[in-house]
Formats: sequence, structure tokens, C-alpha cells
Amino acid sequence: MTVMEENKIKGIISAINGPVIKGKNMTSFKMREMVTVGNKHLIGEVIVLEGDVGTIQVYEETEGLKIGEVITPTGKPLSLKLGPGMLKNMFDGIQRPLEKIQELSPIFIPEGIGLLSIDDQKQWVTTLTVNTGDVLLAGSVFGTIQETEVIENRLLVPPNVSGTVIEVVPNGSYTIEDVLVRIQDQKNQVHELKMAHEWPVRTPRPNAYRRETLVPLITGQRVIDIFFPIAKGGTAAIPGGFGTGKTMTQHQLAKWSDADIIVYIGCGERGNEMTEVIEDFPKLIDPRSGKSIMERTVLIANTSNMPVAAREASIYTGITIAEYYRDMGYAVAMMADSTSRWAEALREISGRLEEMPAEEGYPAYLPSRIAEFYERAGSVETLGGDDASITIIGAVSPAGGDFSEPVTENTKRFVNVFLALDKSLAYARHYPAINWLESYSGYIKILSDWYEDNVAEDCISLRNKMLELLYEENKLQEMVMLVGEDVLPDDQRWVLEIAKIIKVGYLQQNAYNKDDTYVPLQKQYVMLKAIEYLYDSGREGLKLGIPTSQLKDLDIFSQFIKMKYTIPNDDLSGIDRLKDEIDQHFEILFKKYEN
Amino acid sequence: MKKEYLKIDKVVGPLIQVSDVDDVFYGEVVDIVEIGTGKVKKGKVIKIEEKNVVIQVFQNTAGLAAGNSIIKFTGESFNLPMSLDLQGRIFNGIGEPIDNGSDIFSLVEANINGRPINPMSREYPRNFIQTGISSIDTLATLIRGQKLPIFSGNGLPHNELAAQIVKQARLGDNVHEDFAVVFAAIGVKHDDEKFFRKSFDDANVMDRVVMFVNYADDPIAERITTPRCALTAAEYLAFEKHMHILVVMTDITSYCEALREISSAREEVPSRKGYPGYMYSDLASLYERAGMLKDQVGSITFLPILTMPNDDITHPIPDLTGYITEGQIVLGRDLFQRSIYPPVAILPSLSRLMKDGIGDGFTREDHAEVANQLFASYSKVQEVRDLSQIIGEEDLSSTDKKYMAFGRAFEAKFLNQGFDESRNIVESLNLGWQLLSLLPLTELDRLSPENIEKYFPKGS
Repeated sequence: MTVMEENKIKGIISAINGPVIKGKNMTSFKMREMVTVGNKHLIGEVIVLEGDVGTIQVYEETEGLKIGEVITPTGKPLSLKLGPGMLKNMFDGIQRPLEKIQELSPIFIPEGIGLLSIDDQKQWVTTLTVNTGDVLLAGSVFGTIQETEVIENRLLVPPNVSGTVIEVVPNGSYTIEDVLVRIQDQKNQVHELKMAHEWPVRTPRPNAYRRETLVPLITGQRVIDIFFPIAKGGTAAIPGGFGTGKTMTQHQLAKWSDADIIVYIGCGERGNEMTEVIEDFPKLIDPRSGKSIMERTVLIANTSNMPVAAREASIYTGITIAEYYRDMGYAVAMMADSTSRWAEALREISGRLEEMPAEEGYPAYLPSRIAEFYERAGSVETLGGDDASITIIGAVSPAGGDFSEPVTENTKRFVNVFLALDKSLAYARHYPAINWLESYSGYIKILSDWYEDNVAEDCISLRNKMLELLYEENKLQEMVMLVGEDVLPDDQRWVLEIAKIIKVGYLQQNAYNKDDTYVPLQKQYVMLKAIEYLYDSGREGLKLGIPTSQLKDLDIFSQFIKMKYTIPNDDLSGIDRLKDEIDQHFEILFKKYEN
Repeated sequence: MKKEYLKIDKVVGPLIQVSDVDDVFYGEVVDIVEIGTGKVKKGKVIKIEEKNVVIQVFQNTAGLAAGNSIIKFTGESFNLPMSLDLQGRIFNGIGEPIDNGSDIFSLVEANINGRPINPMSREYPRNFIQTGISSIDTLATLIRGQKLPIFSGNGLPHNELAAQIVKQARLGDNVHEDFAVVFAAIGVKHDDEKFFRKSFDDANVMDRVVMFVNYADDPIAERITTPRCALTAAEYLAFEKHMHILVVMTDITSYCEALREISSAREEVPSRKGYPGYMYSDLASLYERAGMLKDQVGSITFLPILTMPNDDITHPIPDLTGYITEGQIVLGRDLFQRSIYPPVAILPSLSRLMKDGIGDGFTREDHAEVANQLFASYSKVQEVRDLSQIIGEEDLSSTDKKYMAFGRAFEAKFLNQGFDESRNIVESLNLGWQLLSLLPLTELDRLSPENIEKYFPKGS
């Protein structure tokens, strides 16, 4: 402990109630200041100050604390050390590397291990890109490091610092603590620039300005990319009761999204799920870089049995890391699984503070916290002048699977894409169990130009046509439930047949099949186009009075159901052959009925 | 020497409040000695405010009064002695022997709250456990290290099912060599506890069972510690002594009721249905103690049983449980009423870890496809049944009639099996194929041509 820390005025613990403690003698403490608590030096954060009494949420187990033990201020808010070494790594809710914790304690996570952060011993090969005399603005790049095989870490001037370069070290190997550049600002103050700088998690990092979101995040999942696309820089929520496949869907997005960087937060979820990610991700190859997808991934794990206050913080830790990589000019996608656990952590802390509850015991500030969080997404021009974005995809775990509960309701207000997971689809093992009637994407309009230019002129209108067909099928199904399928007129039965192909052959996607787990956009379009072709050909037949039973060729239908497996992702010629077969089949039929 | 206090300020349900107390720590264990009789009750510090301390008493607080008891702060956390001798013993909910045997003496003590396992230290569970029950093995496969609850209702045969699993569970051929059962009864009827004890006897595992029992008429504060004591014993045996532990726990609903009762005594803000807002975290602190560790022999497989109030799966208890556990086995009342045992409602049942623990090398290559097809076809059966309710079975299409026949056969032959009947996975899968062959091939869209060629019953 340095002399300065010794001299700081310390608080005295006066009350303990689970993860919430109170301290006296805390007039010199600041709101949201990070503190260490008690003889074990547990990490906590000041959340209420009232006179000389402060309330602190503690990020570690508080058993063993006594009244009278001291609370030591750190002089700064809960902050992260942002620098190279985060990719390929897994951290707890307050950015402590779990691998390093494992070295200290092989099985369980003990309390009182203090503030660990990214590796400060590792030597990074550093290229400095500035010279003495250069003027560096806040957020600009002064050097680069190859952080992983696919990601170059651009060393940033912290957002609150700028000035003229007065000293630069030569290129070489340095640690994150070495001073690389000295700059002098207009007040002649000298600032030292290192690879890493600290940033408070609850303060959004600044950007130059926000731009429109015009490019989709390509996920390789048909129901998302074609039917309910997410824009880069956009926001999406995936609500669903347990067993509907939220985590599975989030994993698929983390694996295959065409973002440069993935930040995956396991917030209050299962330990085994994080273990699965650590085991699986390194083996999966990113179709764009040809390298392991782990090379671009940062993992945050606060499993459900870890302290609840750190769960509250984990969401902010994740988004701050996302902003750091965004500021380098990258497209970042962040998956938060699940935001409901974060909201519940808010509720738990709020309950311990004896605050007046609003709906279902959640605090009244829940909607504003959710809004603040999702508003940190966006497509921006960075301070350094690059185009970059953060896309947030949050899973929601509604209590009882009921979407009218406060977290789902309030999330719905602040996100643009809503991917509703459906229990009955999951029961029938229709995965991903995204309900096409309840889901929506607010980005269809602004992305339609992109789809027209990059996929096909009629991509969006095709999507709308097929979606209408699914809506119609839903209405027809209600009728079928009453009177049976046999009594429907032929054109309606044809709609049912085609809808079945869309559902089974198109919307269902097999995450365990090596081809179907990720499907290129072009194949997604061509597959749907082929279904439309079959539908339209059948409609021609109906005009001639051909009954549905004749139109439905079992062989062609079974080929449609299996085309996701039988047509390779890189060779779509099979679709043309399928169309030829349709032509042949209908030609014969037409001839028969025309006469 | 720790100070002793004579004055209790307030007694509310299981909580007592003591003032003017110095030098105690959060979570400290307290002995409450009744003056005169010398009887000792145990408690734990759950809130400290300046010099006021709230203590949760594990035994009945009846009879406690302002001046008749001495409060002794022990200076220790809630620790239990751990030893291999735990096996074959019966304890109450705070870990005291109730089988007339001697106390457990050991230098190894463990805090019953445990600590979170570092996800980096976990091994992802992949080993199939054969329970001998077709519906579970084929459709909601149990994996070693998994936490898979049984969602049941009052009067349904969940106890029988759990007992049958304990009796029949096999992992390959080198079974039972280092296998033990930890059983926690939380607020159970004496009859239920007797039933389990008898079935452990029948299965010949009694000397490998550690039992922690809190009866329905025992104090509710003890229900909070019962599962923690049990899991602490399980962690010791699994992670220190490298054994494979099956933890059976019943009834989680009693546990949650106790949680609610204490929360209400603490005057906390309630969330859904009066249950405390931290119930999710609290249940997670139990369920997440299951698992396996990297590069180590030993595992905790966790089979909690809960009775859904009013058979409602959206009730907070099954709901929060389902969000934490790795799937669920749901028992259905309509199956039970039709005398189908075990009445596993397969559509809402799910094993999340199944995907990585089945197939070639674990069970058989066709397992995933057969399971998928059975789910899809049985789900279609429900639709057809609804339809036949309206238009009558006579007017169904010929395909739909086949679905009706498949549905009946599936329930009678596949789901239904004897309490003493154990089917191995190959038998179960073959049975699945046989039943699927009742349907036209064109309806079987989840089966690959290769597997149909290989396994589809010939001549049908």
C-alpha cells in the first residue's frame, strides 16, 4: 500500500445485509467510487451516500465481515483496464481474468483475491505510428499491435486526452504498463500514453457522431437474415421461456455473425454453458478469416451462482469492452445472455436498499436502465474518424414465459428487432424456435436498399410475399382445426403445402449440421426463390383446375425439405436442377389438363 | 472467549433479534442455550446493523423468551466435518446424526455455502448415464454431471421414478465401483422418507447413501440448510474423494416455501407470488454446485424433484428452476390417469446436455434422429387428437389415423414400462424404430436415408 492510500480517510462498516453493506465516516467518498471492504479487501462500489453514511454493493461473498472493519476508497469509479489481451480470454463480471483466478485457486472462486485485470507481464510487439511533433487528438491511433491472428489492436489516445507528441519509444516489445508516447497538451501538461488506459464502466465512451445504420449483420441464420434482419449498430432482443433455445440462438449468433469482434456476456446463466463456449469456440473456423472464431471473441462470465452485484456490473463491463474495440474502427456485436438476470440483480439490490418497488418488485428505474444500456449500441463515426458500430443482442428470460412481464415489455420499447421464441415450436423441436408471427424487425425499410444491391432486386418483396403466405397459413390452420383439411378449397390447401415447406425446409435450421449451421446469404435467397417458384407454378396449375393432390409431387417435396442438406453452400446448381424438375412435372400435368 | 448475551429483543417466526452485540461476523454460527434444560439450538447471523443482530434459528423458536436463553457466538462459520464415513449415515437438516450413530470426527471441515466453481475449471459433461427408462434415455438423456430436475405434481409417482433411476442407473460396464448417492429430504412426509430408505435398501446401495432429512413437521429454517449440507457432502465425495455422486433432492417446493416464509419474516419486498426477489440466485447457488471438473475423476449429477403447485409449470418455482437446470423431466397428469408409468410428458421434457452425450461413440449413431423424429411425430399426434375431438376419428385422413395408432402404441409400449423393468439404450432405440414404422415413410422427415436403410424394420 502506498503512502497516499494510507492517508486516505477510511470508512467503518456499520451494517451488513448480504451483498449490501453500510459504512460510517464516508463523507469524503464519492458516489459510484470503487472501494475495498474489510480485512479481506473485497471489492465494492458506493451506490448511495447520505450524510456520512454510505451504502456499498459488494462484488464478492460477504460472509465473515464484521462491524468496525474498514472501507478503503480507491479514488476512482468502477473501471476497466482497456488494452490488448482481452480477446480469446474469459473474465468475470468485473474484468478479472478467470484463468488467472484459476492459477490462484484451482477449482472454486475465492473471495478477496483483489483487483486482477489483463496481463501486465506479457510483451507485445508494438509498432508506433507517430513521430515527435505530431498532434494527437483524443481517440486517435498512435500505434498498433497484432493482438490475435485476425485482430490488430490499434492503440488509442484516451478519449479525454490530446496534445503534441514530445517523445516516442522505438518499435519493439513492451508491456501494457510501459510508457510509449509522451504528449503535451495546450496547458503544457504532459500525458503519458500506454497501451492500456482505464475507463469507468458506467460512462459511455464518446464518439464523433452517430450515423444511420444501413448494413445488416449477416448471421447465416435464414429466419434472421431474410425474415427479421438485424442492422449493424442495431439492437435486438430474444425473449423466450426456458427450453426455447435462447442460449443456443445466442451461441449461433456469436459463432457466425459477420462482426469483427464478438463480446459474449454470460450474465447469471449456467456455468456449463460458458465451459461449452470455451471448449467449442476454439474449434470453429470463422468462414471469413479462416481462423478460429475465438480469435475475435471476448467472454464475460458471471454465472448464476457468482455474487449478484457483479452480475449487475457484468453488462456494463461487456459494453465498455465493446466500445473500446468500436473506437478502433471495428464492427462489434455484443450478446448478453440474459438481460433478465441483470434486471433481477437490480431488483435484488434495490430490495436490500428498501427502495419503493414498482412492477413485480422491480425498481422504478428499470426502464431507464434498460434504455441507457441499449442506447450504447449504434453505428458511429469514432473520434479517430472511422466507421464503426456496436450491435446489441440481448436475451430476455420472461418469468413463466409471459411476454407481458416488465423486463420484456420495457426491452421491447428500446429495441428494433424482436425475435420471439415460442414454446410450442420448441416442443415440436422446430429450431430456431423463432415465431414468425410475433417477431418483427424495424430495419426492413432502411436495409432494403442494401438487400437490393447486394442480394437481389426482389429480395425484400420475396420476403414479404412469403411472410404473407405464412400469415395466411396461420389463419387457415385455425379453420383446419375446426373442419379438417380435406374440406378446404384447393388453392388454400396449396398454401398449406407450401407453408409446410417454408417451415420445415427453410425456417428450421440445424445448428449441428456442418452445412446448415451457417448458410451464405446467396443460398438463403436462392432457396426461398425456389420455394416461390414451386408456389407460383402450382398456382398456374390451380387455374387449370388441377387438384392439390396432383400438384404435390412427393419426390419434389421431399427434395425441398432436404435441400438445406443436399445443396452444398458453395454450389447452388442443385437449385436449378430442382427448378427443371418442377418444370418437367408441371409440363406433364398441364398437358394432361389442358386437353 | 467470546461474549455471551442474555437478552433476546424480539422473536419473529424463525428470526430473533439481539441488541448491544460486539464483534460478530456476518454468517457466524450461534448457539442458543436454554437456561435450566441446557438444550442447544443453532442459529446463524443473517443481518448486522450497528450493534443489532438478526439471527436465523434453525430449530423451532417456540419457547424462546427474552430472558430464558443464553446467546453464544461461536466465532465460526457454518462448517460440517467431512469424511468418507458420511456414507451409510443419516443426518438432520443441520448435519447432526439422527441414526443413533456417533458424531463424525474429521479434521476436514467445509463451509456449507460452498463457493462458485470457476467455469474455466469445469469439464463439459458428455457421459451418457443409462437409466433403463426408455423415455428418459432416448428423449431426455441424463448426462453425468448434469442437473436435471423432475417436475411433478402432487400425487404423481415422482418418488418411484427417482428410486427407479437410483436403482437402475448405469454408466458403461465399470458401474458402481465409486458410486454413491446423497439424498436430501426437505420438508418431506415420514412416509416418503421411509419409501426412499426402503428403495435404497432394495437397490442395495444403503451403505453408499448419505441422507439428510428434514421432515415436514421439522422447523422450516432447517430446510434452508438441508440441501446445502447435502451438496457440501456431495462436493467432498466427488471433488476430494473422486467419486461419482448422484444427488437426489426432494422436495424443492418445500425449500422455496421456507425461503418465502423467512423472507416474509424479514419483511423483505416480495416479487412474484410473494417469493423473494433473490430466489433465482438462491436456487442457482444450489443447482450450480453440480458438475464435473477438468482432469479429475468425480462428478455430481443432480436430480432435484419438485412438485409444481397446481401442476402449473409457469409457477415461479418450476419456472426459475427451469432457467437454471439443464433441462427438465416433466410428469403429466393425464398420462398418470391413464395408468401409464412413468408418466413422462415428453414434449415439455428436455435434456440440454443430451446433444453432446449421444450418438456414435456414446449411444448409437441414429439416436439423435430417432429422438427428433419421435418428438416431431408425437407432437403431430397431439394436433391430430385435437382435430379428432372435433370431427371424430372416423373422418380423419388415412395418414392422420396412422398418427392416432402411433400415439396409442407409443404411450402403451414406449412410455409405459414396469417399475422393475430396465431397458438398455439399444432396446429403447429399436423400440422407437418399431413404433415409427407405424407411420408412412414420407412422414418421417427427420430420419436420414442411411439410417432408414440400416434400422427401419424390414417387412413393414
